[in-house]
Amino acid sequence: MTKKLMKGSEAIGEAAVQAGCHLFFGYPITPQNEIPEYMSMRLPQVGGTFVQAESEVAASNMLYGAAGSGERVMTSSSSPGVSLMAEGISYLAGAELPVVIVNIMRGGPGLGGILPSQGDYFQATKGMAHGDFRLLVLAPWSVQEAADLVQDAFDLADYYRNPVLILGDGLIGQMMEPVEFAEDRQPVKVLPPKDWAATGNDGSKPRSVINSLFLDPEALEQHNFHLGRKYQKMERDEVRFETYGAEDEADVLVVAYGTVARVCLSALEELQSAGIKASMVRPVSLFPFPYQAVREAAAQAKTVLVVELSMGQMIEDVRLALEGSKPIHFLNRVGGMLVSPDAVVEKITAIAEGKSEEVVHA
Amino acid sequence: MPETVFSKPDALRDVTTHYCPGCTHGTIHRLIAEVLDELGVAQRTVGVAPVGCSVLAYEYFETDFQEASHGRAPAVATGIKRARPDLVVFAYQGDGDLASIGMAEIVHAANRGEKITVVFVNNAIYGMTGGQMAPTTMPGQVATTCPLGRDVESAGHPIRIAEMLSTLRTPAFVARTSVHTPLLSVNTKEMLRRAFTHQVEGRCFSLVEVLSTCPTNWGIPPAESMAWIEKNMLPYYPLGVFKTPESGSREPMPLEG
Repeated sequence: MTKKLMKGSEAIGEAAVQAGCHLFFGYPITPQNEIPEYMSMRLPQVGGTFVQAESEVAASNMLYGAAGSGERVMTSSSSPGVSLMAEGISYLAGAELPVVIVNIMRGGPGLGGILPSQGDYFQATKGMAHGDFRLLVLAPWSVQEAADLVQDAFDLADYYRNPVLILGDGLIGQMMEPVEFAEDRQPVKVLPPKDWAATGNDGSKPRSVINSLFLDPEALEQHNFHLGRKYQKMERDEVRFETYGAEDEADVLVVAYGTVARVCLSALEELQSAGIKASMVRPVSLFPFPYQAVREAAAQAKTVLVVELSMGQMIEDVRLALEGSKPIHFLNRVGGMLVSPDAVVEKITAIAEGKSEEVVHA
Repeated sequence: MPETVFSKPDALRDVTTHYCPGCTHGTIHRLIAEVLDELGVAQRTVGVAPVGCSVLAYEYFETDFQEASHGRAPAVATGIKRARPDLVVFAYQGDGDLASIGMAEIVHAANRGEKITVVFVNNAIYGMTGGQMAPTTMPGQVATTCPLGRDVESAGHPIRIAEMLSTLRTPAFVARTSVHTPLLSVNTKEMLRRAFTHQVEGRCFSLVEVLSTCPTNWGIPPAESMAWIEKNMLPYYPLGVFKTPESGSREPMPLEG
């Protein structure tokens, strides 16, 4: 294996190709254009197909058709574009189609800005679109992890027959880091054949109909229960997180995900030399959220600090994890502004010295 | 032994449809099924059903199917055909689905030259939702959202899809037919055969617009509905072939400099 210096966007595209994805449908939107551009160059080299769709609405429905044919398929977009795909994603979840969707988040609401943000956490983990469904959501913090998660995402999508969302931000897409792709990578799940795909019916198997319409309420209820069991299985088997010093007692436990967690880790290293004990939990899967890991790490800490590039979204899951057992503090920047390591050091120091006010909810 | 001279096409399932008396969806389904059987492609065909009266089309054909969201059948068909070029892919859409909410998808699928066949059923009204105005509703025609009749001052004139799509350079075959007489039904089958043959032989996008009835929402008996098409729709929606692979040049203009 050799490491290659790649931009995050290119690594995401190459990872998809390595995972056997030969179909990409997408629509241009900043800051993720390097992904479709890479795919438009790369896919023809492997006999694949790139289509520039007329809109994100169309792209998500092209995904539906391709996934319903049993092929691995991906799209990428950024926040406003993902909103346009939301309807299609609901249909994908309803019809149980495996696809991988990459959201390189930018600031919002509305057109917002084009710089990094984590403002789509709620959309990704709670309320992507109409109806009762979940996406499996994975959030990388490095280019290598983005590549690894994209490959895993295809296996997980196929295994659960459910869309998997890679939630990154502009930093992940733009930064360059060494990446390596394992030559003998094995799927993370044992994958059954896609005998449900609609690929023509010669009478040798039951007719395949890809569909999310259930006019009979009892049938729809059974479908909802069936989907619910899948999400429960994800919650049991697919929780991913990393901890940093969380086994030891700490003054402050930081909870952060994505590139923000890297900033926080630099701050933690700086604080160590200053004699303040801080630890961190980094959720990698946002749905399912690592509630237990946060709870256990918080048990070793006096206080908890949530750091996000949003007005406070993941913090709600941290509150669910802690159920009021620890004071929670919050540090954020939004609009495309970034949290600096100095700001994290300052905040943690203030918490340790009793000079930071905890977040209080009525 | 008596010989069977007329039977249900193999590509059609032996089920009762939910279509209203006098609706011609059933006729159009049958003609498509006959063409798929006669071309010998039904076993490698995947249909795409729309949202509208024909939302349950997947229950009526014996082929594999995908149910699209409202208006997006050409995008779903694009995904299928790009993933599996060996399959024969057709989308079945009504006028609200194709000419209103799905206008972007049909125009761009046609313009990319997707190797799919679209059957566009135009009955000048929203059927399933209860008779609202469609983009193809005739001027003066009463609908539940234009109770005084379509006013072209505020709603514009009906959209002629076949004519509009035939202005595009890429599509291989665009035609308009009707099924309100037996003779025209025979002609419709021929147009469908030509459209599917273009796809089977690897040429690009084909679309057949079929004028259709909606006695329930037009508020007139089935027999009069047939006459209504003749009197009111044919003058505005002329039948014919609007585009063939031979019509017009498709040579790209070379870039200068």
